[in-house]
Amino acid sequence: MKDGPSTLAPDDPAIRVRGLARSFGATQAVAGIDLDVPRGMIFAILGPNGAGKTTLLRMLATLLEPDAGEATVMGHDLRRAPHAVRGAIAMTGQFASLDEDLTGRENLIMLSRLWGFGRRAARERAADLLAAFDLADAANRQVQDYSGGMRRRLDIAASLIVTPGVLFLDEPTTGLDPSARQKVWRLIRRLAASGVTILLTTQYLEEADQLAARIAVIDHGRKIAEGTSRELKAATGSGFLHVTLADAAELERAAGMLAARLGAGVQRGAEGAVLSVMAGSPEAANAALSELIAAGIGLADFSMGTPTLDEVFFALTGGSDAPAEEAAQ
Amino acid sequence: MTDIASLKRMERPAPPSGLSNALVFGWRAVLKFRHVPEQLFDLVMTPIMFTLLFTFVFGGALAGSPDDYLQFFLPGILVQTVVFNAVYSGMGLSTDFQKGLFDRFRTLPVWSLAPFAGLMVGDILRHLIAGMIILAIGLMLGYRPEAGILGVAGAFVLLLGIGFGVGWIFLVLGLLVRTPTTVMTLGFTFLFPVTFASNIMVDPATMPDWLRAFVEVNPVSLMTTAMRGLMAGTVTAAEIGRALIAPVALTVLLAPLTLILYRRK
Ligand SMILES: Nc1ncnc2c1ncn2[C@@H]1O[C@H](COP(=O)(O)OP(=O)(O)OP(=O)(O)O)[C@@H](O)[C@H]1O
Ligand SMILES: [Mg+2]
Repeated sequence: MKDGPSTLAPDDPAIRVRGLARSFGATQAVAGIDLDVPRGMIFAILGPNGAGKTTLLRMLATLLEPDAGEATVMGHDLRRAPHAVRGAIAMTGQFASLDEDLTGRENLIMLSRLWGFGRRAARERAADLLAAFDLADAANRQVQDYSGGMRRRLDIAASLIVTPGVLFLDEPTTGLDPSARQKVWRLIRRLAASGVTILLTTQYLEEADQLAARIAVIDHGRKIAEGTSRELKAATGSGFLHVTLADAAELERAAGMLAARLGAGVQRGAEGAVLSVMAGSPEAANAALSELIAAGIGLADFSMGTPTLDEVFFALTGGSDAPAEEAAQ
Repeated sequence: MTDIASLKRMERPAPPSGLSNALVFGWRAVLKFRHVPEQLFDLVMTPIMFTLLFTFVFGGALAGSPDDYLQFFLPGILVQTVVFNAVYSGMGLSTDFQKGLFDRFRTLPVWSLAPFAGLMVGDILRHLIAGMIILAIGLMLGYRPEAGILGVAGAFVLLLGIGFGVGWIFLVLGLLVRTPTTVMTLGFTFLFPVTFASNIMVDPATMPDWLRAFVEVNPVSLMTTAMRGLMAGTVTAAEIGRALIAPVALTVLLAPLTLILYRRK
């Protein structure tokens, strides 16, 4: 199979997706998605469990055949030149794809050899990657003895044996502690700075916010919004007031008062006596809280902040489809 | 954390040959031996127990003396060893899929069959090592191959052919079945009757007619007969031909099926 020259012009997007779709039986995992990811950008796909993030990434990484639609990755057509796509990408899946019986070093040497490096070049590349990813001390231990964070780093290192044009990262920090998450974030930023285009998925708005220049929000296999983090927040509003009531029995009364004061769109949290509403300004929030207290409604806790993913969804879908609503039904 | 910015960009090297890829997978199998020597234990423990038990417990009754029985039994237990071995390679494949390792392999621009060719390299190695261990134990217990080194070498070549052919059954199973333990259960459920209802342990002359009819056409019996012949120096071309029917047929039928299943997955 000939890889063929990439026909990528300097301004062409690294990833271009049109109408990509894939079903599993009756489940439409990805139901027609369009994306354009410019070169060198960190682009985040944000969505809840089952949104279709993994399915989308697996199709773009040639691991899964699409049912419909088309895509090019670094100028190579996904269907017509999958081998050329493979030469230009690397993928770190949602779950580590490493040989647990081998050591970290052996995993990297094996994959380097599969790429076609000679024995010596493979050893050197493995050593460089282990050093760069802070794994030199654990290099000769079996991967089954690695912590979650070490596995993640090794898995990402394994994707960088050959510097890819596009790196797919499926939930790169799920399950990591805050410090390990920070490390992975730093790593992703540096990779992007070195010119690698990164398409990552996440369930956390904060992560998308921290890393990505652009974010596409998907749910039920469809893209429901796309933009910069600022644009998405503007659509949602960042002055979100979260109130936890001391007594859940007061929930309806409090919700009514907040709605009257701050407008419609009061969301009931999936658990506990939590209410969230777009307050606009701290002053408005303060006034609303005073009103609740004056009415004798006890507050256990309150906070102002950016909307949670649930709330972004609520705002983006006009509330018809918010996970919080579904859970409350 | 060491600066990942210090990591050099690396361009893709010239594409490797399919053979070199397959050898890398073979190297992986060797490494696994080193890190998980227990797997060798799994492979040889059952045949060693069988050899000891059958030789000393039943040997006298079945063949007059344990020594005579061992002479009869050892070539057959080698067949059983290799056939049981194949189950473990199916389990390994299923584990690799479960662990997502194949996702990694499949996003590399390598020959898509290299992982299977590599599994085969690893299997051949496993068959050889397990076969040697069983043979060595047989020799210690007093087994003597009449055909000498050449006969034994010939028998091992046939053994690898058998392992290769039977291996496809479990590769297909490994691709179809989601959990490694199910591969093992299914594998042994199928293999126990097939190996027991053969001429490995006893001469079928004493069996009821209906069973003997099966035992005589059982591919495991045909393989065992050829193995005995090779190691005793009495083998005929027809015996070798009959022993190879099943491995060749399995390869012809299941190799393409393996590919189809793999590409679909
Ligand atoms: N191999 C499969 N067979 C059947 N259904 C599948 C398969 N893979 C995914 N699905 C279904 O497709 C939908 C999308 O799944 P996908 O794994 O892409 O979601 P996700 O956004 O990655 O979720 P998560 O955040 O949980 O990883 C889900 O309803 C899932 O059950
Ligand atoms: Mg997923």
